[in-house]
Amino acid sequence: MADWRDTDVIRLEAPKLTPLERTYLPQIAQGLGVTFRHMFQKKFTLQYPEEKRKMRIQNYRGFHRLNRDEQGRVACVACFMCPSICPAQCIYVVAGEAPWPDREKYPVKFEIDELRCIFCGMCEESCPVDAIELTPEYGLLGYTREEMLFDKEKLLRMYDLTKDYKPRKSPKITGYPKPVDKRATSTHESL
Amino acid sequence: MEWIKSILASQVGFSVVFAFLVINIMMLVVTYCIYFERKISAWIQDRIGPNRVGPAGVIQPFADGLKFFLKEDWVPPWADKVLFVLAPISLFFLALIGFAVVPWAGKLHWPWMPEGACVDTQVASIDIGLLYVLAVGGLHVYSIVLGGWASGSKFPVYGGLRGTAQALSYEIPMGLGLFVIIVATGSLRLEEVLAQQARMWHIGGVPVWPAWQVFLHPLTFLLVVVAMFAETNRLPFDFTEAEQELVGGYHTEYSALKFGAFYLAEYANMITLSAIVTVLFLGGWHWPGVSGEWTSIWAVLLRFAIIWIKIILFLFLFMWVRWTLPRLRYDQLMHLAWLGLVPMGLALVAWTAVLALFGWQNSWLAPVGEIVIFVIVVAIAALRPAVVTGRQPDLPPIPTGAEGAGQ
Repeated sequence: MADWRDTDVIRLEAPKLTPLERTYLPQIAQGLGVTFRHMFQKKFTLQYPEEKRKMRIQNYRGFHRLNRDEQGRVACVACFMCPSICPAQCIYVVAGEAPWPDREKYPVKFEIDELRCIFCGMCEESCPVDAIELTPEYGLLGYTREEMLFDKEKLLRMYDLTKDYKPRKSPKITGYPKPVDKRATSTHESL
Repeated sequence: MEWIKSILASQVGFSVVFAFLVINIMMLVVTYCIYFERKISAWIQDRIGPNRVGPAGVIQPFADGLKFFLKEDWVPPWADKVLFVLAPISLFFLALIGFAVVPWAGKLHWPWMPEGACVDTQVASIDIGLLYVLAVGGLHVYSIVLGGWASGSKFPVYGGLRGTAQALSYEIPMGLGLFVIIVATGSLRLEEVLAQQARMWHIGGVPVWPAWQVFLHPLTFLLVVVAMFAETNRLPFDFTEAEQELVGGYHTEYSALKFGAFYLAEYANMITLSAIVTVLFLGGWHWPGVSGEWTSIWAVLLRFAIIWIKIILFLFLFMWVRWTLPRLRYDQLMHLAWLGLVPMGLALVAWTAVLALFGWQNSWLAPVGEIVIFVIVVAIAALRPAVVTGRQPDLPPIPTGAEGAGQ
């Protein structure tokens, strides 16, 4: 069953205590001193709903937003890239004919089930017009499941609230990497 | 109104009223013990602690209490129903009756009483006060073992059994420590023990230092405090409910108010024992400048405040130690009691007895002798061979993979 040897076992020995340490009394006094000092030290607690920790990750994947273009219209062109790629299948789009001349379609309905979403960011990656983006917001809560079903208006409102935030983009993929392994080369060529 | 006055003027009537009063004060302090336990643990760990319910979280303990009322009160179907209910009740009861012998604040004289007559602010002034304390403290573990046994499952039984062994072991140093006080003061009455601490030590005719027993018997004080930690099952001796080993220990199966009763009883017991140690060693309500001769209601309130401040400082010590020291191992617990505290307590009793033979038990020889005993005990602890535990390097090697390992 087991495939280990005696030499694999690391034998640890307890550190040798000095005679005074053996009585534990100086250690107890020292420990009490440490805890007493800590009682008056600066606290690390963050009063969460009022105080929020500064988000240190630039590309944190939180709740979605639906961007507006310069004229304040929804930027989405209802191309169905995001609902197609979504691994959790939480995006629901109904396309309609665009009332504007610069595009053919626009989303009549655009809903994301945030409870179902796994925040993988695939929708953001796949969007050809950068209309859907993930914001660093993470603290949105709802009392019912329906509240967590974000519709188009709510997603656009998310954009209005997080307008200043620009997500960090992944570098553009400009071509497949060259195979380095010989075996891989042959496989590649045989394909 | 006259009948209220006459009740308050009679010792029996006053004792009943006073007992009611003290129980309520104790319950309030217990409530805030729980609050400060959480606060102090938070401060020590660089946190803030409960601060949401009320300003700075001061209503938090009541919210905790309300939670106990609203929880499902589940009794395991395999439990012994009667004993299961009886255990928390008896523990709570025992924790509350212990304070009956504590002399809280000296003598009180009501204006409508005849000149010179006083009532004692003590619920029961009995001749065997110290034995009563030991008896009630000893009964305490019965409730724990009862709760553990009545639960009818394994971890509570382990908790109860551990508690029994622990209480048996630490009753002895506790008793020896109290015996030193009995020998030194020649009395079992707590108010007599207290009265002997009223005097001051003088240097050149000026009173400089109160002659409290803690200064006369410092090592005995230490011994009793350590035994007290074990008696109240507080860390580092909380073997009855060691979470990492026994889930919840003796109260694993308890929920709702029954668990709450265990929880409150733990703190009530702490307060009772703190009060008794305060009376025995820290001079109770005595403070330099505060006289026991004053009998007005204001003087009684002042003395009552003094004893409570001392008790509260003691409770702080309980919490401070709890959040500093890790739990002992079980064999270390037994080593400490039987190889450390019991011989030390015997030496203390012998020393005090020798001094009492010549009537010197309250002289400077008592603390000097105790310090010498302390040095000897520490030296023995430091120089005796280390206790060997765990796997030893001279054991045969573990068989190698091929022929060994289970086949």
